[in-house]
Amino acid sequence: MFGIGMAYVGLLILLPMAALAIRTAQLSPQDFRRVLTSAETVAAFKVSFGQAFLAALFNTIVGLPVAWTLARYKFPGRKFLELWIDLPFALPTAVAGIAICGLYSPRGWIGSCLEPLGIKVAYSVNGIFVALVFVGIPFVIRTLQPIIENLDVSEEEAAACLGASRFYTFRRVILPSLKPAILTGFSMAFARGLGEYGSVIFIAGNIPGESEILPLRIVHALESYDYNGATILAAAMLLVSFIMLAAINALQRRHA
Amino acid sequence: MNNSNSLTSISEPTWARRLLIAFAFLHVALLIMLPFASVIAQACADGLSTFRTVFRSSDTRHAIKLTLLIALCAVPLNVVIGTCLAWGVTHLKLPGKRLIMAVLDLPFSVSPVVVGLLFILLLGKNSACGAWLESHGIKIIFAFPGLLLATLFVTMPFVAKELIPLMEGHSRDEEDAARLLGAGWLRIFWKITLPEIKWGLLYGTILCTARAMGEFGAVAVVSGNIRGRTNTLPLHVEALFQDGELSAASAAASLLALLGLVSLAARTITDIRKRKREDSAPAGSLTQTK
Repeated sequence: MFGIGMAYVGLLILLPMAALAIRTAQLSPQDFRRVLTSAETVAAFKVSFGQAFLAALFNTIVGLPVAWTLARYKFPGRKFLELWIDLPFALPTAVAGIAICGLYSPRGWIGSCLEPLGIKVAYSVNGIFVALVFVGIPFVIRTLQPIIENLDVSEEEAAACLGASRFYTFRRVILPSLKPAILTGFSMAFARGLGEYGSVIFIAGNIPGESEILPLRIVHALESYDYNGATILAAAMLLVSFIMLAAINALQRRHA
Repeated sequence: MNNSNSLTSISEPTWARRLLIAFAFLHVALLIMLPFASVIAQACADGLSTFRTVFRSSDTRHAIKLTLLIALCAVPLNVVIGTCLAWGVTHLKLPGKRLIMAVLDLPFSVSPVVVGLLFILLLGKNSACGAWLESHGIKIIFAFPGLLLATLFVTMPFVAKELIPLMEGHSRDEEDAARLLGAGWLRIFWKITLPEIKWGLLYGTILCTARAMGEFGAVAVVSGNIRGRTNTLPLHVEALFQDGELSAASAAASLLALLGLVSLAARTITDIRKRKREDSAPAGSLTQTK
């Protein structure tokens, strides 16, 4: 039975990956130069990696206190909050996209408040950031929460007995032991944000060279039957994200 | 987990706690509940007639049917295979277990658009496979089989990832005892392993179903967006949105939003069941199933 399962994984997942690798290997250096040095591609790389990084960073900074609250305190409505934290996992990305677009468009609930201030969210890079924050919320919180629940409280007690303030204990005792989990949550949110397509295309406005993400460039290449271009973009994206994830992994092992 | 609360000296001052709790509520309300409420509000903006028009149109009905059909094919296959994989990874002595786990993570870390591209490269017109298939009159890309393959790819790991920690967690004593007493592997699985993992299996299945019905990127690339033929419900939402019909698109989207809520409710129920089991049965004893 396990053999059938492995054969299935091989056919369904590894075979298509191999097709991409073979196709990439067959392309000429000129093709790579043409696709990778075009101004739109460079801009899309910057937008995709930049916004995915910022959104993951935001989710990490904001997610840590939320995870702490959910793990340590007992208060009415805690279960209710936990339920909602998982919603971005379960909500189809098209729904997330349309929801955020409606909310931040100049006529939407939040968009109409921001417009007089001169802040444009919908149909700009800021829209990408907002969408990626939404889809990335559960990763950091869900990774951190069980770790915080299982922290050894006696270390905190020791620090308190030795006269450390709560803030000092947090910075010097608690935070270091959470570091690997923070990195894991960050990298998961980052990877998800980098590949995200459905929710972003609704709100980004998709202006080439300005608010166009890499996955959308791949779709555009496919629509104009530029299969080589799409292959190169996909391979480059996979390569860069694998390198980044490997780097985060190495960083984690050093801290663990 | 609340042992810190009993000792005030090692917990935060009350004002800080209240602030943090307020922050958590604000976070969830602003970033998660508000977008959710806004879809529903947009769908209802022009009254309930929007729902009637949207769900009466033949394109929407076809999209719903297609989405259900894909889920009906993809979910059972991935549940069975996922269970086999989880069983193999936890019960067999295998070289390269970490490699298998890494492969199981692949569908999560590859962009959905790239998943679609993979299948176009493998089975599209320009590939060797695709040319052969086309000469035999079999159409995969821009047709149902392509949609199914893309969905299978992105939903593959859910069940296995949910079951592996569960199967690793509980002791193998009962299975070994059953084997010594002469039970076949199917009977062991049915009577001993399955009752242990059933809530995890159910939750994995629900996640898999939600993703199968909600997948957008991978399906968008291989579908070719032919309305009334290869448009699934999420793709239909986008098509309506591109037409500038925000409230119609939101009405179609709220059906999908319901799917998200159902899976969350199911998660809560499985969580409660699991906790009840853990409370009533001390772990590691042979009598725990009775």
